[in-house]
Amino acid sequence: MLTRVRRWGPGLLLISPSLLLLGVFVYGLIGWTIKVSMSDRHTAAESDGFVGLSNYVDLFANDINGRFLHSLRNLLIFTVVFLLGTMLLGLLWAFLLERGVRAEGLFRTVYLFPMAVSFVASGVVWRWLMNSGQGDDAGGLNAVFGQLHLDFLQNPWWTDPEWGMVAMAVPAIWQLSGYVMALFLAGFRGIPAELREAAAVDGASTFQLYRRVLFPQLTPVALSALIIVGHMSMKMFDLIMSVSGAQWLTEVPAVYVWQTLLTSDYAKASAISVILLLLVALVIVPYLVQTMRTERRS
Amino acid sequence: MGRMRRAAVAAVGALALLSPAACGGADSGADQEVEVFTWWADGGEKAGLDGLVAAFDEQCDYSFVNGAVAGGAGSNAKQVLASRLQQGDAPDTFQAHAGAELSDYIAAGQIEDLSALYEEWGLTEALPPGLIDNLSVDGKVYSVPVNIHRSNVLWTNTSVLVDAGVTAEPTTLAELFTALDTLRTAGVSAPLAIGKDWTQLMLLEAVLISDLGPESFTGLWTGATDWNSPEVTQGLENYKRLLSYTNTDRDTYDWTDAGKLLMDGKAGFFLMGDWAPSDFETKGFTDFDHLAFPGNGDTFQWLADSFVLPQGADNPEGTKCWLKAVGSAEGQQAFNIKKGSIPARTDVTEADYPAYQQSAIQDWKTGTQVPSCAHGAACSQGAMEAANSAIGKFSSDQDLAGLQQAMSAAALGKN
Repeated sequence: MLTRVRRWGPGLLLISPSLLLLGVFVYGLIGWTIKVSMSDRHTAAESDGFVGLSNYVDLFANDINGRFLHSLRNLLIFTVVFLLGTMLLGLLWAFLLERGVRAEGLFRTVYLFPMAVSFVASGVVWRWLMNSGQGDDAGGLNAVFGQLHLDFLQNPWWTDPEWGMVAMAVPAIWQLSGYVMALFLAGFRGIPAELREAAAVDGASTFQLYRRVLFPQLTPVALSALIIVGHMSMKMFDLIMSVSGAQWLTEVPAVYVWQTLLTSDYAKASAISVILLLLVALVIVPYLVQTMRTERRS
Repeated sequence: MGRMRRAAVAAVGALALLSPAACGGADSGADQEVEVFTWWADGGEKAGLDGLVAAFDEQCDYSFVNGAVAGGAGSNAKQVLASRLQQGDAPDTFQAHAGAELSDYIAAGQIEDLSALYEEWGLTEALPPGLIDNLSVDGKVYSVPVNIHRSNVLWTNTSVLVDAGVTAEPTTLAELFTALDTLRTAGVSAPLAIGKDWTQLMLLEAVLISDLGPESFTGLWTGATDWNSPEVTQGLENYKRLLSYTNTDRDTYDWTDAGKLLMDGKAGFFLMGDWAPSDFETKGFTDFDHLAFPGNGDTFQWLADSFVLPQGADNPEGTKCWLKAVGSAEGQQAFNIKKGSIPARTDVTEADYPAYQQSAIQDWKTGTQVPSCAHGAACSQGAMEAANSAIGKFSSDQDLAGLQQAMSAAALGKN
């Protein structure tokens, strides 16, 4: 008994502070949030009436104007555009750098730099760049288009009721493409030179080399990039708050949580938070499972 | 093992010692101090608060402790306040919009009934009966308003109107539409300037006052007036028509941006509360005039800041003295002259105030008071937020039936 304690005791003791903190502040509070989300606590007054899943049902079925579904739709558009944009640009840049452009170090820094700026700071600048005024009232990028006589490019940006979230994804793409590029570049560099040489010896063309040899080896990197960018997108809050502020046009679940919290509707805010957590888990859990499997195999 | 157990006992003991010590620390000196929680941290608001404190120091033997939380037009402060109230650590008094915005605090039993003190301090006579009606919940009053702002004011750019040939002040909605048409024909791109959601809600409210009259309008927020009646539909249609005269990029504008359209002569009219002129004047724009929103008659749509007595305040006697000072003629004068609003009391000397405030004081005395939803006087915080969201949606899709349904649900608190 004592020897067994000797074996794992010190290790447990060492990780126990972080275990305790995680247990209370992450898992304990998740549990608390789930409990509140099933209560009828819609005002500042204390209330522990248990209502089961009705807050969740209300979000999907009875929300005024289908507001929650609208925020999910916004999030979907944003996420799809954000993911596609960062993956394509990141891959393209990594490919160009990998081909051996001059001054690679400089370009790498230039592309990666936007990531160092906070969403709030870049959001304020993009708010100005994506000024929705057109014609004589044009400002920001629209004014640039106007001066270049490219008026047909002028558009309402994020104020477009249907596709505004596409514009909202532009700053996010600008900011994170460099990061995805860095991931892909590391992936390219991790492929042993022997493979390229073997392909050359076998007479593969450059296209075949990339299509059949290099890209397939980037799949794990691409998956990591998707997960990292994807979960950032799900939780997007700061960028939207600084570009448009909290309003109907650009509302996503994270902003909706904030709005309901401001009106002391704790039960509803918790329900949205739990759904948001599930959405992120939907992306991350399969990834973790897969990573664990590959680790066990090796 | 023995050593570990001893360590654990020591740790628990240390925690037990800490907690009473923490409580003792918070209470010391509480009987002399009054902590006033506001979001008035700078500008005219801070100057007004300083004036109020001067009156308080004169009238009371307590010392003022400034508990201001800056930022976010009060949203930061509201978050801090909510958590303090939940922990039972209420400030001695806090700032809140007078009216329905208090309903959450009242329902949660977090603030006390002040009706008896209203009698004692003579506020029942000093405040207009219309205001007291708007403030009362089940016949009880829970806050002392310190100032009044008017929200249904239409600001005009005099030169733009003159150049376009609009000479007579519009007094009805029909005349307003004619004036807007004239402006548009004269080449004014956005005759009526407006900003994002809550400024649009203000416009909707003003139109509804015109189409329903003050009494039915107030009923919209209490459930007495049906949102689905044909009169409301008519009002919403007028609102939709008015929106067609506004700047199309309205959802990107805060109220100061919309005000700039008026200053730059790109708009002829601008609906905003009477805090607008101080912004105009600081930016060097003086070529403006004002009128009550056409069709509103003498209806005075108000919003007010007020102070309350929280349940479990450390120093309720001190709070009462603060509230008395806030409600007194001297306190209201000291505050409002600096903030640019008008006193809630009607027994004030108009001559002490600048020109616009003098006319507003006159209107306040003689007008019919109705509360404003966009500023929390008529709506709970939840209803206001839901209404803003519905208005924001309408701004982008112009779905009138959807707006009517959503506003009805929002006003009845079904969000």
